[in-house]
Amino acid sequence: MIKAILIFNNHGKPRLSKFYEHYSEDTEQQIIRETFHLVSKRDENVCNFLEGGMLIGGSDNKLIYRHYATLYFVFCVDSSESELGILDLIQVFVETLDKCFENVCELDLIFHVDKVHNILAEMVMGGMVLETNMNEIITQVDAQNKMEKSEVRIFDHENSQSPSYI
Amino acid sequence: MGRGPSPLTQRLLLLLLRRAASAAPDKMPAVSKGDGMRGLAVFISDIRNCKSKEAEIKRINKELANIRSKFKGDKALDGYSKKKYVCKLLFIFLLGHDIDFGHMEAVNLLSSNKYTEKQIGYLFISVLVNSNSDLIRLINNGIKNDLTSRNPTFMNLALHCIANVGSREMAEAFAAEIPRILVAGSVIQLLAPLSAADQPIRAVVLVVLHHGQREGVVTAATSLITTLAQKSPDDFKTSVSLAVARLSRIVTSASIDLQDYTYYFVAAPWLSVKLLRLLQCYPPPEDAALRGRLTECLETILNKAQEPPKSKKVQHSNAKNAVLFEAISLIIHHDSEPTLLVRACNQLGQFLQHRETNLRYLALESMCTLASSEFSHEAVKTHIETVINALKTERDVSVRQRAVDLLYAMCDRSNAKQIVAEMLSYLETADYSIREEIVLKVAILAEKYAVDYTWYVDTILNLIRIAGDYVSDEVWYRVIQIVINRDDVQGYAAKTVFEALQAPACHENLVKVGGYILGEFGNLIAGDSRSSPLVQFNLLHSKFHLCSVPTRALLLSAYIKFINLFPEVKATIQEVLRSDSQLRNADVELQQRAVEYLRLSCIASTDILATVLEEMPPFPERESSILAKLKRKKGPGNLPDIDDTRRSVNGNTEHNNNNTETTAKVSSDLLALSPAPSAGASLLVDVFSESSAPAAADVYEDNFARFVCKNNGVLYENQLLQIGLKSEYRQNLGRMYVFYGNKTSTQFLSFTASVGSPDPLNTHILHPVDPTVDGGAQVQQILNIECLSDFTEAPVLNIQFRYGGTLQSIAVKLPIMLNKFFQPTEMMSQDFFQRWKQLGAPQQEVQKIFKAKHPMDTEVTKAKIIGFGAALLDGVDPNPANFVGAGVIHTKSTQVGCLLRLEPNTQAQMYRLTLRTSRDSVSQRLCDLLSEQF
Repeated sequence: MIKAILIFNNHGKPRLSKFYEHYSEDTEQQIIRETFHLVSKRDENVCNFLEGGMLIGGSDNKLIYRHYATLYFVFCVDSSESELGILDLIQVFVETLDKCFENVCELDLIFHVDKVHNILAEMVMGGMVLETNMNEIITQVDAQNKMEKSEVRIFDHENSQSPSYI
Repeated sequence: MGRGPSPLTQRLLLLLLRRAASAAPDKMPAVSKGDGMRGLAVFISDIRNCKSKEAEIKRINKELANIRSKFKGDKALDGYSKKKYVCKLLFIFLLGHDIDFGHMEAVNLLSSNKYTEKQIGYLFISVLVNSNSDLIRLINNGIKNDLTSRNPTFMNLALHCIANVGSREMAEAFAAEIPRILVAGSVIQLLAPLSAADQPIRAVVLVVLHHGQREGVVTAATSLITTLAQKSPDDFKTSVSLAVARLSRIVTSASIDLQDYTYYFVAAPWLSVKLLRLLQCYPPPEDAALRGRLTECLETILNKAQEPPKSKKVQHSNAKNAVLFEAISLIIHHDSEPTLLVRACNQLGQFLQHRETNLRYLALESMCTLASSEFSHEAVKTHIETVINALKTERDVSVRQRAVDLLYAMCDRSNAKQIVAEMLSYLETADYSIREEIVLKVAILAEKYAVDYTWYVDTILNLIRIAGDYVSDEVWYRVIQIVINRDDVQGYAAKTVFEALQAPACHENLVKVGGYILGEFGNLIAGDSRSSPLVQFNLLHSKFHLCSVPTRALLLSAYIKFINLFPEVKATIQEVLRSDSQLRNADVELQQRAVEYLRLSCIASTDILATVLEEMPPFPERESSILAKLKRKKGPGNLPDIDDTRRSVNGNTEHNNNNTETTAKVSSDLLALSPAPSAGASLLVDVFSESSAPAAADVYEDNFARFVCKNNGVLYENQLLQIGLKSEYRQNLGRMYVFYGNKTSTQFLSFTASVGSPDPLNTHILHPVDPTVDGGAQVQQILNIECLSDFTEAPVLNIQFRYGGTLQSIAVKLPIMLNKFFQPTEMMSQDFFQRWKQLGAPQQEVQKIFKAKHPMDTEVTKAKIIGFGAALLDGVDPNPANFVGAGVIHTKSTQVGCLLRLEPNTQAQMYRLTLRTSRDSVSQRLCDLLSEQF
């Protein structure tokens, strides 16, 4: 199972954090820092796996990461996941982002955190890999975008009165 | 308490469902552009333009104040604004700031009719709302509305949220709902009739695995089955043949029907990996044809690894190798086909020298598990030079660590000296993060494969010299244990430590070992004038002032032992003890020792001294405390070669049993200094004078088996506490009276007792015990028990209390086992055999042949069978020596009829026990329980 997915830049600024196990907000921040610390001091061209930090469960868990330009993509997984499989998954994720944002860069992630979350949600749910076929993912994301745009249209006319609240 | 599937199962179910639902043709109106939340973009830009951290915090606080006032304002916000503000909060949260409001607004968004607003609401909830939030009820409400909305998009959002939050509350709230939707899901409508069976989920997923057309759905289903199969392997046995069939289709296909899921020329790599994982839940298939087919698949995968790559892209080789590594894992798991194992080993050997670091890493890791197979151990050993080379030249510490692991795993008597030497030399330059582990490994290997113990002593002293700071107490305790237990090495050890202590700077751990060994065996080298008693003493004492208090305490004990060994240095030592720096030492412990030892040396006669300060008795042999430490440090998963420690395949880290055992051993290990001093060890405990907290409670189950055939008795007893039981059972209900007796004259404080039950049992404590238990008093606790379905694991009673300032914690396995819910059934011979035949399916019968552990007495045996709960049927079996019984197990969900037959063979002192019930898990459990009784 995937325990957490973290994206941060070369300076350790988080750009996306998604935890599939519950940690307190404080611990989540510490995990991000710890992970950044572990990953960032590694050279390029070393292997893409390392044992997880203490906070996220130590050696029972692995960190699998890739470094693209200014960003680190880190998946924290337990022993049930195939390392190379996850590595490919990261690649699919990034390629998908690239298609959705047309030449994705860090700025896209900053300004569209919700979109990144949605794309990720198409791929991973509750820590399990859901979909790996890029075309399928993009089809779904496109459908979402269409739906969003359509709503902006429709509700522009209605002067948007909010619906009943709970 | 936990009924229904676990949250994880739920999630997996959802995963399936999500796929199924998204396959439905959604009608999406096609519309043009129109976007976004300008306010949000502006805010983010502002933050990015902040020059300093302070400015950023200021800007964020301003925004938080603004949002707060908007949320609190009288004017009802429209959905768009709410969405925008909630989004801003999300962004602020991502930057690492606490968000303590806005949850309610996010929940409100759930009831919006707009997709965009709902989506943000759900996003916020799955990122920020924790499972015990008091809003959970409102959230559940929102989810429920969406689940019943018949709008597939909204349903998906809701399901996704449940999957991501995955809390117990949600699982309970929707446990019933989800399978229902699952069955209604468009893709798997064809399964509806099947789901009328007992276990709808099982039927559904198995059929998906069989017929599922969409690879994505099948991948999800495979994940689900793997999880379920780990819980109850028997229920999913059929998945093995399905998985093999599917795997074979993928592996041998010309990848035409799998085009969508072909990734860089590899057909459905993810699904293949998942299928191979699933197969690792089971032993090799027994059916020869199936087995052949699987072997063929594995061979094909291995063959493909030798083919030239179809693409230069790294993704191609990654995907291909992901499947390959998983196939190798499966081969190792099955551990039954020598040819495959050796091929796997050769393949990994190639990877060891591959230029991709990732592959080298994984190869080292897989080879580690391969080393523990008897078929391939020798093959693995041939790679020793490569591995040692990796240790020396790899640039990456994670790879080097795997190399250390592998060396450890492949070590045996033939190569121990080489490997230990290499590890020692690596230790000098090793990364700090892994030094302690290497030290432990070297210490273990040196002990395990020592042919002569002089080598062992040298190795450990080298360890201390090279990496003294990383040598934990367990390691130097152990060397002392071994030296004390082996006469042949004592003289050598004394000589070696004496020499080692001559170094101008030596590590404190060496001083400890030196002090202890010279104190015990200094006499063995005293004949040489270069190491005369006085020289030895002066050498030790020259280190005294540089050492910490515990070491000094140890040295003082060594000195008093010297007085016994060498009367000629008595005066010198007495003078040292008498000095102000000892007698008036600020440290109470040191002062006390100095005073006591000085008095002892003055008043005791030589005979008394000799008795008091006698050589330490040998330590009882038990598991090395170092090994226990390494296990604790690494978890059993990463310790190949020692015991049966296979990597846990699918992420369930089940160390519990293993670990509790080791802690039990450690805590009773003399040198681990647990507060359970036995007479002979008291001096030793004193020497080391460290008190440790009570070891974590391990589950006590020694008396468990005694309660299988009876309901009353003493369950647990130590010096402080006695636990007695009385219990009664009727159908699926039981009541247990637990008596806690304080055996001391002191009050127990903060006394608590709680019960952790496995899912199929409901245990309910009627009233908590009073937190103080007076000395000599007995308190009673009543436990109500309900058996929901058949079970194997017994509940655990956890007791904690304070006694004289230390926290005691005790865990005892409560003897509540399946046979307690037995109701005897009388029947005639004819009925019995008729039913016996009805229960003739192979999985319904469990048979065990075992040796008698007690005298074979007919009356006792009868009493035991009756005590077990079955009716003893006379005159049924044609052979009067045999015993036949019948009864019904009552659980809340069902009743299970059971027949049993016990055939004694007095000549061979053996029994054959046969159980037939309508449920295989029940047969198995009852057989296990009863067979232990004779």
